[in-house]
Amino acid sequence: MSAQAQGDRTTLIGRLTSSVWSRRTLRQKEELIAYLLVSPWVIGFLAFILGPMLTSLGLSFTETDLFTLEFVGFENYTKLLSFDTTRTLFWTTLYNTAYYVFLSIPLTISAGFFIAMLLNQNISAQPTYRVVYYLPAVIPGIATSLLWLWLFQPEFGLINWALSLVGIEGPRWLFDRSTAKMALVLMSVWGAGSNMLIFLAGLQGIPTELYEAATIDGAGIWRRFRSITIPMISPTLFFVVVTQIIWSSQVFTNVYVMTEGKGGPANATLMMVLYLYQVAFRQYRMGYASAYAWIFFLILLVFTLVLFRSSKAWVYYETEIGGQRS
Amino acid sequence: MSGAAVGMGSSRASIERSRRTLTFFIHAILIAGGIIVMIPLAWMLSTSLKPPHQITKFPPIWIPDPFVWSNYVRAVTIFPVSFVVFVRNSMYMSLMITLGTVLSNAVVAFAFARLTFRGSRVLFIIVLSTMMLPQQVTMIPLFILFSKFGWINTYNPLIVPHFFANAYFVFLLRQFYTTIPRELDDAARIDGCGVIGLFLRIMLPLSKPALGITAIFAFTWAWNEFLGPLIYLSRMETFPLAIALSFLRAAHGVLWSELMVVSFIAMLPPVILFFVAQKHYIQGIVITGVKG
Repeated sequence: MSAQAQGDRTTLIGRLTSSVWSRRTLRQKEELIAYLLVSPWVIGFLAFILGPMLTSLGLSFTETDLFTLEFVGFENYTKLLSFDTTRTLFWTTLYNTAYYVFLSIPLTISAGFFIAMLLNQNISAQPTYRVVYYLPAVIPGIATSLLWLWLFQPEFGLINWALSLVGIEGPRWLFDRSTAKMALVLMSVWGAGSNMLIFLAGLQGIPTELYEAATIDGAGIWRRFRSITIPMISPTLFFVVVTQIIWSSQVFTNVYVMTEGKGGPANATLMMVLYLYQVAFRQYRMGYASAYAWIFFLILLVFTLVLFRSSKAWVYYETEIGGQRS
Repeated sequence: MSGAAVGMGSSRASIERSRRTLTFFIHAILIAGGIIVMIPLAWMLSTSLKPPHQITKFPPIWIPDPFVWSNYVRAVTIFPVSFVVFVRNSMYMSLMITLGTVLSNAVVAFAFARLTFRGSRVLFIIVLSTMMLPQQVTMIPLFILFSKFGWINTYNPLIVPHFFANAYFVFLLRQFYTTIPRELDDAARIDGCGVIGLFLRIMLPLSKPALGITAIFAFTWAWNEFLGPLIYLSRMETFPLAIALSFLRAAHGVLWSELMVVSFIAMLPPVILFFVAQKHYIQGIVITGVKG
C-alpha cells in the first residue's frame, strides 16, 4: 500500500518535472519560432529602412552621381539653407509645400467632418452616399490629375465655365503664378471622402447613451456637439491631422503631371518632393538630394513630435478620466 | 387632462415635423454635394466620347453628338507599344505586390498578436513609428542599391520590398487577430497544435476578412503607384498604365479625348474593386482608422 503510494508519487513527481521541462523547452521553442516569424519585417526594416536612412545621411555629406563620390562636409546643408535665394530653391519649395498643406488640410478635414456629421444623423441611403463621396479616393492619382488639368483648363475648362455662369471671369489657374497653388488645393478637396469615412467610423463609435443623458439634462444641439461630439472625436481628429500632414506634404503625382514635372509657372508649384525628384533623378545630384531629403524628414519629424506633445492638451482619451469603459 | 394630452400630441407631431424637415435638408445638402463630386467623372466620360470640334466648345456640350466610340480605339493604339503590355505590366506589379503584402504581413502580425518573445513591445513600437516615415528619405540609397543589383527597368525594386512586411498592414492585421478569442488558441493547443498549426489551422481561416482587406488595399495602392515606377522604369515596354498615361500627356499634350479615355481605363480596376468590396473597405478603415 505504502510502496504503491511511493511509486505513484515518484511517477507523479516524474511527470511534473518532465512537464515543467517540456514546457520550458516549448516556450523557448516558441520564442525561436516567434523571432523567425517576425524576421521578414526585421530584415526589411534593416535593408529597406534603417540601412538606407543611415546611408542617405552619409551621402548627404558628399556629392555623388552614382559613379563618382566626393566628400564635401556640410556644404550641401549650408548651400540648401542659405538665405541667398538665388543660390537655393529650398525656401521656395518649403513655402509652396506649407501653403498647400496648411490650406488643403483644414479644407479636406472640415469637408470630411461635415459630411460625416450629416451621414451620422440616421440618414437613409447612407451606404450610397458613402460610396459616392469616397469614390474619388480610389481613383489613381494620375487619372485624377489629368481630369483636373482638363477641368482647370482656362478657355474650355468646366470650372471657368461654371464661374462664368455667375458672372466671374475665371483665372488662368495652373498657368498663373498667383492661382496655381490654389488650384492644387481645390483639387485636394475632391478627395475629402477618405477623411469622411474615418470620421464617420469615429462618430459611430460614440455611445448614444451619452447623447440621451445629455438631452435629459436639457443640453441643446450645440451644447451636445461641443461637450460630447468634439471631445469624443478628438482622438480621430488627431490621427487624421497627423497622417494628413505626413501624406499631403509628400504631394507629388498631381504637380508632376499637371506641370509636366517642372513645378511651374515660375516655380510656383515646385513642391518639396518634386524638387527632390528633379535634383536626384534629373540632375543626378544624389548627395545634395540626400541632404534635402534629410531636412524634409526632420521638418516632418519635428511637426509630428510637436503634434504629439500638444495632443495632451486637446485630445481626450476616455481611459484618462472614466476608466470604466475602455 | 384631456387638453394636456392634446397639447402633448401636437408637440410630438411638431417634433416629428421638424425632424422630417431636418432630414429633408440633410438629404438636399448630401445630394448637392454628391452631384458636385460626380460632375468631374461625368465630364471625363463625356470628353472621352466627343468628336474633336465639340471638345473646345464653350459653353460646354455635355452629351457628345454623335458618340465617338472610335476615340477608345484611337487612344489605345496611339502608343508605339501595344496597350495590352501596359495593362499586363500593371496587373503583374499589383498582383505580385498584393501577394507579397498578404503573405509577409499575415505571418509577422501573427507573431506580434499571439506570441510572447523578448523585445516584442520595443519592436512593435519601432514598427508603428516607421508609419510616420516619409519614403523620400530612403529613396536615393535604395535607388543606388537596386541599380547596383541591375534592377533598373525591372519590377524587382517595386515588388521585392513588399515581401518584407509593412507597418500599416502589420498594425491592421494585428488589430484583427487580437479580436479572435484566446480560448480557441488554448483549445487548439490541447488538441496538440503547435504554433505553426495554430497559425495555419485557426488564425488564417478566421482572418480571411482581414486578409481580404489587406489584399484590396495593397492592390489599389500598387495599381495607383506613380513615383516608384517613374524612377525605376524608363523603357516603354516596362511601363505600367500610370506611367504610360504620363507619357501620353508629355508626348501629345492636349489630346483631351485620348487622355480621358486612358484615364478612364486606368481607374477601372480600383473602382470596380471598390464597388465589389466596399464593405471590406469600410471595415478596414474602421479597424485601423487609416484611409484606404
